[in-house]
Amino acid sequence: MEIRLENITKIFQAKDKTETVAVNSFDLTIPSGKLVGLLGPSGCGKSTTLYMIAGLLEPNNGKIYFGDEDVTDMSPEHRGIGLVFQNYALYPHMTVRQNIMFPLENIKVPKDEALVMAQDMADLVGIGELMNRKPRQLSGGQQQRVAIARALVKKPRVLLLDEPLSNLDARLRLQTREEIKRIQRETGITTIFVTHDQEEAMSISDEIVLMELGLKHKFLGTPPINIFNGEIKKGTLMFNDFKIGPHDGADGECVIGIRPEGFTVVKEKGKIEMEVAYVETIGRDTTLVFEYKAPADFEELEAEGVNTKEVSDEPVEIKMVTKTFKVIVDASYKFKPGDVVNLDVKSNKLYVFNKDTGEYI
Amino acid sequence: MLERESNLKAWLYLAPALLLLSVFTFYPLFNSFYLTFLVGYNYLKPDKIFEAYTLVGNFKEVLSDKLFHQALKNTVVIVFVSVPISVIVSLLIAVALNGIKKLQGTFQTIFFLPYVTNAIAVGMAFAFIFNTNYGLVNQFLGWFGMDPVKFVTLGATWGTSMIALLVYTIWGGLAFKIMVFLAGLQNIDKQYYDAAKVDATPRSRVLRRITIPLLSPMIAYITITSFIGAFKAYRTVIGMFGASLAPPGLLPKDSLITIVGYIYSYIYDTAPGAISIAAAAAVILFVITLVFTFIQMWVSKKRVHF
Ligand SMILES: Nc1ncnc2c1ncn2[C@@H]1O[C@H](COP(=O)(O)OP(=O)(O)OP(=O)(O)O)[C@@H](O)[C@H]1O
Ligand SMILES: [Mg+2]
Repeated sequence: MEIRLENITKIFQAKDKTETVAVNSFDLTIPSGKLVGLLGPSGCGKSTTLYMIAGLLEPNNGKIYFGDEDVTDMSPEHRGIGLVFQNYALYPHMTVRQNIMFPLENIKVPKDEALVMAQDMADLVGIGELMNRKPRQLSGGQQQRVAIARALVKKPRVLLLDEPLSNLDARLRLQTREEIKRIQRETGITTIFVTHDQEEAMSISDEIVLMELGLKHKFLGTPPINIFNGEIKKGTLMFNDFKIGPHDGADGECVIGIRPEGFTVVKEKGKIEMEVAYVETIGRDTTLVFEYKAPADFEELEAEGVNTKEVSDEPVEIKMVTKTFKVIVDASYKFKPGDVVNLDVKSNKLYVFNKDTGEYI
Repeated sequence: MLERESNLKAWLYLAPALLLLSVFTFYPLFNSFYLTFLVGYNYLKPDKIFEAYTLVGNFKEVLSDKLFHQALKNTVVIVFVSVPISVIVSLLIAVALNGIKKLQGTFQTIFFLPYVTNAIAVGMAFAFIFNTNYGLVNQFLGWFGMDPVKFVTLGATWGTSMIALLVYTIWGGLAFKIMVFLAGLQNIDKQYYDAAKVDATPRSRVLRRITIPLLSPMIAYITITSFIGAFKAYRTVIGMFGASLAPPGLLPKDSLITIVGYIYSYIYDTAPGAISIAAAAAVILFVITLVFTFIQMWVSKKRVHF
């Protein structure tokens, strides 16, 4: 089922009448049966958007459609949503089985039937053996899968996941995101996955929606697109020291998106010249992974515990981190790590966004 | 070395409290146990302050005393009627209060007022509410064409006066319980309710399956302390019926006496040995309360989600 948000605005009003615009005139279409990543920095309104889709928050303005049905004023219990909360919200006093069965009991599924459905769902997410445990006796990853099972067991029309991996360690994160992908494929439920991790969004989603603090968004398609922090200098689009090509946008910083298949390999004098870091071969495609150094993003610094809020007069040391991008080339190219490759960029696979507003330019 | 020093310091810090506790808690505690073993204790006769020792004599006397039976019966009725009702009612009021947004503070204050109001004063107000001729209760019953019921005035029976006493006891206990439950409710993560809403949970089921289990530590705490408190009921009777511990004209005398009331009546009795009766009754009350508390803790350990 397709989900459509039209011109959605959410304003929170505090007791002292100050207003926070959490979501501003947001338009979004989620195609039926797709797993869409909602990507954006902390505080940009991702959770708020999700809760509005779930019906837990009411938009101040705009319409929400499930298929052709206008659900804007529908209460959450009638929307048929499965929601996995940022911190799971498993009922601590119930066992895993009771947690998963809870939504079924609400819709009066007979007990023996509900037991079977709960067990099937638990097996699907790989926690079939943990049915008698209490949530606190589970690891973060297991709890997360219980939450997914609880959200899926009633066969919702839409599955909403709010940063479900944020509490997991790196390895568990990789493992569970593969699992979410698998479960989504197996069930075919339209799914929205919120994250502020770019890499995570790219690896899991069929499509990515960018939400910026300015709350504009762009649709970025599949397979995951490469995102670079670039710059427009005197009409030329630059990425690090590479000239990508002429661009008529105003000078300043920008975000460049290039699809992995948007590159062509040339013999020499390519727009980008770099060493291959490693090579992945999946099916007929060969993916070249390149590494480059770039200043860390705001969120990456925050994730490492750097205080980004404090303004100081000291010159700030710019922290460089290794970033990667992927290029899909024809399998006939036999590159190995360390080879220097010249790349051109197909102009129709190149997207440039304003860094502050997220607008396509 | 260091450890011993800090140990010494700890004891020094505790010393004032321990001193006070010894004088006003530990000594009276042990002394009342001691008193139960004495016959004919009379502190007005310093040369021969008691006549003999007895192991169970005082207990036997208490347990065969008609007045004690009456006190036990009244106390048990108060405990087992007022506590469950007041716990349930205060829980429902707390849930309702927690659900409203406007005027929550105002209502909270209204419900908390009884807690800061003198029990004797409230008791007098209640006695008036239950008055046969002017009381609100009888006016209210009158609307339904019922004859005035004598709750607290001449002609009241044990049953009617007990009803009035129970209503007052229940009402008086609500404030504190509501406060504790409200605090507990406000501590429950709102996301559980959001999750329940998304899963189309009916309201009654939310209360039964989510709110009450998550509040169960508070409920257990309140229930246990209320039972202990109700076993010690006395103030309420005095507040409503005065020192006579019964509505006027009702026989036998002291017909609404409670165990604590019984203990008091023997403390102030100057006859030799009366104080030992009071002590024995106090020990019996102590044992009843203790056993009961252990049973409840044992039950709540099995039932309560911590
Ligand atoms: N109940 C509320 N009252 C007032 N402001 C709120 C409320 N909930 C959210 N906000 C504000 O709305 C904005 C968006 O919040 P939201 O929780 O949707 O962000 P988010 O994108 O999910 O962030 P994160 O990645 O940190 O979870 C923030 O500025 C936040 O402070
Ligand atoms: Mg969020």
